[in-house]
Amino acid sequence: MDALVAAAKAEGKLNVIALPRDWANYGKELDTFHSMYGIDITSDNPDGSSQQEVDAIKQLGGTSRGPDVVDVGMAVALANTTLFTPYKVATWGDILDSQKESTGLWFQDYGGFMSVGYDSAKVPAITSLDDLLKPEYKGKVALNGNPKQANAALNGVMMASLAEGGSVDDISKGVDFFHRLKQAGTFVPVQATTATVKNGTTPVVFDWDYLSAAHGKDVPGWKVFVPNSAVLGGYYAQAISKVAPHPAAARLWEEFLYSDQGQNIWLQGLARPVRQAAMQKSGKIDATAAAALPPVNGTPQFLSPDQATAAKNYVVAHWDAAIS
Amino acid sequence: MAVARRGVHRTRWLRLQVFRYVVLGLAALFFLVPIYAMLEFSTRSNSGGRTLEFWQSIFTYPDLINWNFGPAPDAAINASLELALITSVVMLVLLVPTMVWVRLKLPRLSRFIEFVCLLPLTIPAIVLVVGLFPIYIWMGTNFSDSILTLSLAYVVLVLPYCYRALDAGLGGIDVKTLSEAARSLGARWDQVMLGIIVPNISNAILNALLLSVALVLGEYTIANNLLYNNMQVELVHLARANAGVSIAVAVASLFFAFILLIAISFVGNRPRRAMPEAVTSFGKGPVQGSAG
Amino acid sequence: MTTAGSPAVATNVGRPTLGGRRFSLDWIGVVPFLGYAALFLVLPSAIVAFGAFFDANNAFTLDNFTHLSRSYIVKSTIDTTTVSAITALLGAALGAILSYVIVTGSPTGLLRRIVISASGVLAQFGGVTLAFAFIASIGPAGLVYLFAQSHGFDYYAHGIWLFEPIQGLSLVYLYFQIPLMVLVFLPALDGIKPQWREATESLGGNTWHYWRHVAGPLLFPAFLGGVLLLFANAFSAYATANALINQGQPMLAQQIAGALSSEVGAYEPGFAKSIAVEMIVIVTLVTILYTQLQRRTSRWL
Repeated sequence: MDALVAAAKAEGKLNVIALPRDWANYGKELDTFHSMYGIDITSDNPDGSSQQEVDAIKQLGGTSRGPDVVDVGMAVALANTTLFTPYKVATWGDILDSQKESTGLWFQDYGGFMSVGYDSAKVPAITSLDDLLKPEYKGKVALNGNPKQANAALNGVMMASLAEGGSVDDISKGVDFFHRLKQAGTFVPVQATTATVKNGTTPVVFDWDYLSAAHGKDVPGWKVFVPNSAVLGGYYAQAISKVAPHPAAARLWEEFLYSDQGQNIWLQGLARPVRQAAMQKSGKIDATAAAALPPVNGTPQFLSPDQATAAKNYVVAHWDAAIS
Repeated sequence: MAVARRGVHRTRWLRLQVFRYVVLGLAALFFLVPIYAMLEFSTRSNSGGRTLEFWQSIFTYPDLINWNFGPAPDAAINASLELALITSVVMLVLLVPTMVWVRLKLPRLSRFIEFVCLLPLTIPAIVLVVGLFPIYIWMGTNFSDSILTLSLAYVVLVLPYCYRALDAGLGGIDVKTLSEAARSLGARWDQVMLGIIVPNISNAILNALLLSVALVLGEYTIANNLLYNNMQVELVHLARANAGVSIAVAVASLFFAFILLIAISFVGNRPRRAMPEAVTSFGKGPVQGSAG
Repeated sequence: MTTAGSPAVATNVGRPTLGGRRFSLDWIGVVPFLGYAALFLVLPSAIVAFGAFFDANNAFTLDNFTHLSRSYIVKSTIDTTTVSAITALLGAALGAILSYVIVTGSPTGLLRRIVISASGVLAQFGGVTLAFAFIASIGPAGLVYLFAQSHGFDYYAHGIWLFEPIQGLSLVYLYFQIPLMVLVFLPALDGIKPQWREATESLGGNTWHYWRHVAGPLLFPAFLGGVLLLFANAFSAYATANALINQGQPMLAQQIAGALSSEVGAYEPGFAKSIAVEMIVIVTLVTILYTQLQRRTSRWL
């Protein structure tokens, strides 16, 4: 580990991509890493999608500006393992086998559950998804992103499907639900941003619970609702680029993220770190942060890669027609 | 230009002024209300009052600006300003002589040049960047991967706008007569260009300059996808702090560009002297001879 | 007349023609520009266009183009063309009027400077923040709407038209189309000499004659050029549409971006490039139409 720190400091720089500061408290991760090791971090393309992250590796990989590490959705991680190099962090054993690639090409980092966040000052409390069809929500419901593109949005539609009687193999009920929302006039096609939430244009947003909870700093009465019957979880994954320009710094970054400190920082961002169970057992978990997590009752379900592909295919074929 | 104020002219002048103020009023309404709405939002505190905290936090952001201008700018605003300068200069040097030359010597090529200049707009930036990747990688390994190389792509992006502005200006003066007259008096081509043509299309050049600077300052997609941090990319980083900052930063960026452009518009403009009509006359503003 | 010019440049005056052909080195003058354009414009465009003809395994295929018949792409093509045409014509007309108002004022005055600087800034203003500017003003939670609603006028009673492509998006696009027109059309207006107005009057013409026979025909080519530019500008605009109408993606540029950046597996670079080729084709067709129009109108105007 000391050798790694020395090598990383010698490299002196780290290139990350698509890590907005307000996403799962990444701002604090970046700042803490920088102050601990003195390594300059260049953060590119803050709004980029997972696909753009791996594209950056393909296009600019070996150059000095290429990304060292990526944090991508599972679909992209599985499709691009040839771009990654295997690495096992010190706390490798704490990660469940189902949440990592056996040789270390990718390993999940944090996740959350799909939720409906809402401004309790502007709309009545939501107790079930069907509430959203009521006139009190007219023109107020939005998705975070487009399900043909964004992981969060696709899972949002899938969560709706689960709540409406579908299953992880069948997203059609979800697409149908949004169609009904559109007919009822409650669904708006605008991209939900922190500004539209604060301004009141999109007081109801389907999003990951940890991203949704971040709206709490702009809107005092922001609440996060996860339907009991539809607890859909999703994790993201870390990977190190095979042609990383700063390989030692990249590995040190991963060690940092998977250390107790790094995992707790994510927890403070209301994301569920992958080592959460192990840290709870060892007592190293940040208890206050853990208590602040949005409550979830019910059995979590996760999309397998095949199910995700099937969902994507259905959505690509039917989404645009359903919500126009 | 004084025009005898007979009754008819007076009425026409009055009608014109009324028309002008109505149009200006409506334009001001249409363009300023959204900006005001953004300003109002960016000063809205979470507890319902007014606050300047979001505006203040802009100035404490480290990667935005430092006072070190040079060939290796490490702050975003510096980089964008330098890019704006380089892009504008290259654009003018490339476009003005070419367009004059085509008008004089190769008029049949003008439609082709016009199409080439419109091409950058037919392809959305997000797609153009896919084609630019290989070129930038080649440049990065063989020349430089500095952020300033973005100016080469930016020159292409400003082509459609600058071409149109310059073309409108060149169309208003008789390039052929002016240049032939000058040449017959013994002027070299550079004297014709710099001494005769350029001063006569100075308004068009100014507009092209403004368009080019504004475009470079506002450009996001290509810089972002090529993994460079120019001003707009850095502002997106900053905007992720919270909702108020995201809008404060956008309005600040607009004001910054606006003030810069006004400053530029003062630099170029000399007061016009009345010139004899024969060779170098150019359009004066008022059609009715009134001071507006 | 003799021309004492720099020897490296040839002119056509007085040179012997070789069997009817003009031998000239004038082409040298455009080499720098064409060379630059070839490297930084044509080459990237070609890379993109050729990419449309290859699939993921780099085998030649026309499959990508068959995807253009997907229903949402057809709808998107129609919507994009409609919005672009509307905002081009409307933006050009309104921009021309605003330009006229500016040019009839003092040429060195503060009003002109303010308007052209503001136009420069606003012509390039777009994306998420422009969308938000409209959302914050006339959107369903915006200042103007709340004000109107409190006075009994609910203009979203029949649906939130701000989020519809033809009504809402066009209005938002005008916000940058009009300033763009002002900047590219003003130089043309500057070229109108007051002497022509006086000449028309001294020959007995009135305002209508002036505009119909003198100023109009002179300005028409520049006006048409402005329309073309505005059309292409709206056609390829992406970020504003994506922020305002993120679902349904009525604009082709959004479809391209979606196919290129999808992280759920709908990543289809070949398809994205084929849409790009479609866009190039459409704008080329519009340019040809424009060229024809220029030729015809220069004849009968």
